[in-house]
Amino acid sequence: MNKTWLIIKREYLSRVSKKTFILTTVLTPIGFVIFWIALIFIMSSGVEKKKIALLDPSDALQISEKGKLRDGMVSFSYPKKNLDELKLTFIDEGFKGILFIPEQSLDSATTTFNIHYYSNDDISISTQETIKKAIAKHARKIKMYQLGINDVLLNKLNTKIALQPKNLDETKEDVSDKRAYVATALGAIMMFLIYLVIFIYGNMVMRSVMEEKTNRIVEVLISSVRPFQLMLGKIVGVGAVGLTQFAIWALVFPLLYLGVGLTFSGKLSQLQELTTTSTSNSNDMEKIMFIFQELGNFNFGYIIFIFLIFFLGGYVIYASLFAAVGAAMGDDWGEGQSLTLIVAIPVIIAFYIGIAVIENPTSTLAVWSSIFPLFSPIVMPARIVFDPPVVQIITSVIVLILTSILFIWISGRIYRIGILMYGKKTTLKDFVQWMFRKD
Amino acid sequence: MNVLELQKVRKTYQEHVACDDVSFNIEKGKIFGLLGPNGAGKTSLIRIITTITKADSGSVLFNGVPLNAKHPSQIGYMPEERGLYKKMKVGHQITYLARLKGFSKKEAFNQLDYWLDKFNITDWRHKKIEELSKGMQQKIQFICTVIHNPELLILDEPFSGLDPINTNLIRDEIYELNKKGTTILFSTHRMEQVEQVCENIVLINKGKNVLNGPVSDIKNQFKEHIYQIDFIGKLPENIEEHVTVVEELESSIKVQLIDVGHANKFLNYLLTQKTLVTGFNEILPTLNEIFIKIVGGTSDE
Repeated sequence: MNKTWLIIKREYLSRVSKKTFILTTVLTPIGFVIFWIALIFIMSSGVEKKKIALLDPSDALQISEKGKLRDGMVSFSYPKKNLDELKLTFIDEGFKGILFIPEQSLDSATTTFNIHYYSNDDISISTQETIKKAIAKHARKIKMYQLGINDVLLNKLNTKIALQPKNLDETKEDVSDKRAYVATALGAIMMFLIYLVIFIYGNMVMRSVMEEKTNRIVEVLISSVRPFQLMLGKIVGVGAVGLTQFAIWALVFPLLYLGVGLTFSGKLSQLQELTTTSTSNSNDMEKIMFIFQELGNFNFGYIIFIFLIFFLGGYVIYASLFAAVGAAMGDDWGEGQSLTLIVAIPVIIAFYIGIAVIENPTSTLAVWSSIFPLFSPIVMPARIVFDPPVVQIITSVIVLILTSILFIWISGRIYRIGILMYGKKTTLKDFVQWMFRKD
Repeated sequence: MNVLELQKVRKTYQEHVACDDVSFNIEKGKIFGLLGPNGAGKTSLIRIITTITKADSGSVLFNGVPLNAKHPSQIGYMPEERGLYKKMKVGHQITYLARLKGFSKKEAFNQLDYWLDKFNITDWRHKKIEELSKGMQQKIQFICTVIHNPELLILDEPFSGLDPINTNLIRDEIYELNKKGTTILFSTHRMEQVEQVCENIVLINKGKNVLNGPVSDIKNQFKEHIYQIDFIGKLPENIEEHVTVVEELESSIKVQLIDVGHANKFLNYLLTQKTLVTGFNEILPTLNEIFIKIVGGTSDE
């Protein structure tokens, strides 16, 4: 065991101390932060309140009677000047543009209302929308008054449809309708993460095995340690590198989130204020609030625990397969491509099943593919947020663990023969033969 | 006392028989040659001794004990196809391999200092293997093989790919280790090297051992009573009535005699014929000749 530990340490340290590891580990969060800060600046510059002068000489909008236009991202001023005068001075007075209302009537029969906008700059889409919405809302107010409708009456026309998913088991709490959305997103993220890990770190194991084989150092190594120890050390060492990277990110991202939040708190609260007062975004805001509320309703301890089991199980199964493939490959990269594909196919199939499963987490396909060990590491995490029956989870975990052990054993058998084979193209038949060959 | 005893070791790969009841002993402190043409089964045999693979049948005793998991730490093995981690630094590389052989960190570092100092290469310590030349890498490879003070050193074609300077350096190092008591198993198909270094040999062909014993015994066993006679002047004219002339030069002649007793008679004959003899030597066959004679047309290559 001591020797395996030495191998794990070498595999781990040689990777963690590599420039590429340090760069990707550090640069990824930094990249996110830069992206994020840029986003804040872009958004806050975009939502800067624009002062616009509104000229309504014919009083079509009946500002004095019906009140001023609602401010959102645009604040309206009502200077007492005429259009030609203002055209010369509006920039000096701090206006972005002039909104001129030509003479026309505005009553319940009006279908189109013309307004003119004067400015040195092109009018942005968001400003256009804001202005149009503000005027439309105001027009609606005037029309409602003329038609004798009030808000109370209007609201009577609306019927809110509440779809409530009911739990069959009456003792259990009913789930909220928003939960499905959140669960879908969460499941997809976890599934994608495992999919990536299998490919990135599985490939790393394979390359590492091949490197030792093409270097010819492997014969020296296995005259000191058993091939199985060597393979195991590699799988654990590379896996630890992956976990380290995730752990660093898991620590750094919330810190950075907090840091950015504090540093730009002024800008952020300004942003928030604007979005909440703005008429257009209140619905989105509400949704976001719901999502956050809903996120709190998930049992994260449980989800992360199950996720980790499948994460590790999936990694072990596929990394050991990749190790066997790496051992079987010769000095030539191209030779082993078909073998790599054989390992990659179940992962890709599992990914597509996973996508289907998120849509329909209780289908027969979902149940069986989340138990089948080559698919379950990707499919089960996608399902777990939908609270599958515990029996299924336990079955799946047991099958997963047994398969992991079996695959490590099988790969070890192939590996020990493969690493000493040179100059021969390996076929699937060889794999089977090597598995049953004695030492 | 034998470091290694092989008894009827047999190993097959599918239909191919790599080792067919091979038996030999390696005496402690000796330099032992494992000979055979390419594909004779040398590497298979070495892989069994180094516990990389297991024999199908037969037994391998290390210091009288059947091979077990503790023995690899007492064996140093330099395979024919060798290599190192290209990206690893010299110091790390050597200590890593020493520790895999069971050395503690401290022992590994002590040994590293000793060997780097011995080869005068302390300033290479922090260089990566890929930065070194081929010859330098071979020195490191050798250090990696002997770093853990093995009792038995197995060298598979140790001089292949070495330049003459490194060949001498490594050969001297092998002698020195041998003097300190290390037993050496030297595997090669190059006979002239064996003659220089080995005291005992085993010759393997097609997985079977065909010859086994001290080099001098084997040479005697295969001698054909060929003598070289150096002389001044003229040989008797009817010399071919007495012996078979193998080769005739201006002042020396090679003849084949019937047996050792014949040599005396023949010398006597020459003297009575008033030939001025300046030298009379028995020519023993070289291992190469024996090798070719035995392996001859039966080799795979």
